[in-house]
Amino acid sequence: MKAVTIDGQPQVRRDKGTFWRTFLRNKYLYAMSLPFVLWVFVFSYYPLWGWTMAFQKYKPALSFGEQQWVGVDHFKTLFQDDTFYQVLRNTLAMSFIGIIAGFLVPIVFAIMLNEIRSMAFKRVAQTVSYLPHFVSWVVVAGLVTKMLSTDNGAVNDFLMWLGIMNEPIQFMAKGELFWGIVTLSDVWKETGWNTIIYLAAIAGIGPELYEAAKVDGASRLRQIWHITLPGIRTTIVILLIMSIGHLIQIGFEKQFLLGNNLVRDYSQVLDLYSLEYGLQMSRYSFGTAINIFNSVVSIILLFAANGLFKRITKESIM
Amino acid sequence: MSTKQSPMGTPMSDRIFNLVVYVFVIGVMIVTLYPFLNVLALSFNDSIDSVRGGITIYPREFTLRNYDLIFSFPSLLTGFKISVLRTVIGTIVGLISASMLAYALSRPDFQGRRFVSVYLALTMYVSGGLIPFYFLIKDLHMMNTFAVYIIPGLVSAFNVFIIRSFMDTIPYALQESAKLDGANDFTIYWRIILPMSKPALATIALFLAVGQWNSWFDTYLYNGSNESLTTLQFELMKVLQSTTSGNNADIHNPNLTQVMSTVSPESVKMAITIVVTLPILLVYPFLQRYFVKGMTLGAVKG
Repeated sequence: MKAVTIDGQPQVRRDKGTFWRTFLRNKYLYAMSLPFVLWVFVFSYYPLWGWTMAFQKYKPALSFGEQQWVGVDHFKTLFQDDTFYQVLRNTLAMSFIGIIAGFLVPIVFAIMLNEIRSMAFKRVAQTVSYLPHFVSWVVVAGLVTKMLSTDNGAVNDFLMWLGIMNEPIQFMAKGELFWGIVTLSDVWKETGWNTIIYLAAIAGIGPELYEAAKVDGASRLRQIWHITLPGIRTTIVILLIMSIGHLIQIGFEKQFLLGNNLVRDYSQVLDLYSLEYGLQMSRYSFGTAINIFNSVVSIILLFAANGLFKRITKESIM
Repeated sequence: MSTKQSPMGTPMSDRIFNLVVYVFVIGVMIVTLYPFLNVLALSFNDSIDSVRGGITIYPREFTLRNYDLIFSFPSLLTGFKISVLRTVIGTIVGLISASMLAYALSRPDFQGRRFVSVYLALTMYVSGGLIPFYFLIKDLHMMNTFAVYIIPGLVSAFNVFIIRSFMDTIPYALQESAKLDGANDFTIYWRIILPMSKPALATIALFLAVGQWNSWFDTYLYNGSNESLTTLQFELMKVLQSTTSGNNADIHNPNLTQVMSTVSPESVKMAITIVVTLPILLVYPFLQRYFVKGMTLGAVKG
């Protein structure tokens, strides 16, 4: 990058001089960015130093030099803990089901929205569908619990009205239903929001393709199959690959808020496991080991995703 | 240009297709709206009457008592105040921070821009995790402070990149001519770039405000025992979790649940849910065209 001088001074005199001159000329840009560079260091990079805790028998009262080092003992304990494998299973299961449902439903909904000819109705439908995205998980968990409740819950009432069953189901107390409930809650909350990207991709497809298909007498269904879906294929592939990078980071809000002691064998995920063992039971070092496992796996997945992405598109997402 | 329709009108298959599309989309709208309308109806219904069941989307015995009651709880009033404060302050401070950094990164003649971009992008994927972060907050003496709502989440890489993508589309020549007129970089940012970036700023302001208004976990983790600093979402979370069977959240024993024995806790929950949801409902539809554009831009650029 050649620096452009606008004050008419000679551009290069001495190497050292130019560095300081450009530095001084950009002093406002530095003033506007360096505080945040420092901030990012403290809040995003410095915590990595805390990973040393996982190799110590960490006691908050002691200074760093006084901590007792224990090597990889905490990791050994972790990998021998049955709960860990159960938690890992839950995390991966909810992540996989979530990715599949979180892909299929928004694509179908985006295509349906795109087929609506009345612009006013389409706009109203979109606005309504974005609503749950902006509502907190606390509220969503409350709504889901209310809808699935055994006394006057809408879902039980509806199923009994249809005559499918005679007794209300205790949805929130059945562990084997938990993954499904979390996934459906997520679909309910995010489907509308996730259509934004697909609608934008669909809008980029040339109208002449549809015109040509119409002339050839293709039905609307065939137009979707042969024009719309191929037109958004790249977007789908990119988003799918990017979601691999986040496979293990599924968050814990929904599991925390929707879960309870009756379903914990299915609701416990890695972050909650570290919260409970690390903070509530004060096993800080063990909790940090869980955090490290989580981060390392997600970095590996990110590189895998990036490699896959490079192969397919010759570009990098990082 | 109008092509004549055949006398039969649209073919039968197209009509069926249209029907399926409308039924599906209307179905989604009903499923989306019903829980909100149901809770709204229950929040305005007499709480003893509600126990009988059968309330759908309109109240049977209208009353404002549930709202009267929740606004008489001091913990909810404090929660409301803190939530409003963190939303306003967090949004303004976050917007200024993200846009300043984004501006520096959008300048092609800024030497640090490549390094800072990568340095920032990495934070989206690498994190120390819950426990190291908890100790950082503790070591910085931010436990039981209001600052913990603002400072740790000050800059988000995602927001910075969305704003920068937008600023990249503003012609650089504008800035060069301002420079010739003697404006410094800060003036250019404040007087030229910020006003022109309104669509991106509106999107990010919405994200920041919603994020601040909706968060409860930082309260739970850092300020849960300090009654003067708890937020509305956190209070709602406590009320909701306190009546779930075998809850895992009730670590701070809310005295709210005791007061609530006079009125059905169910109605109170519904009223709080509406109070927590309403502000968002009133804001987001007006920003729709901005955030749709912002999301599309962000996705394209990565």
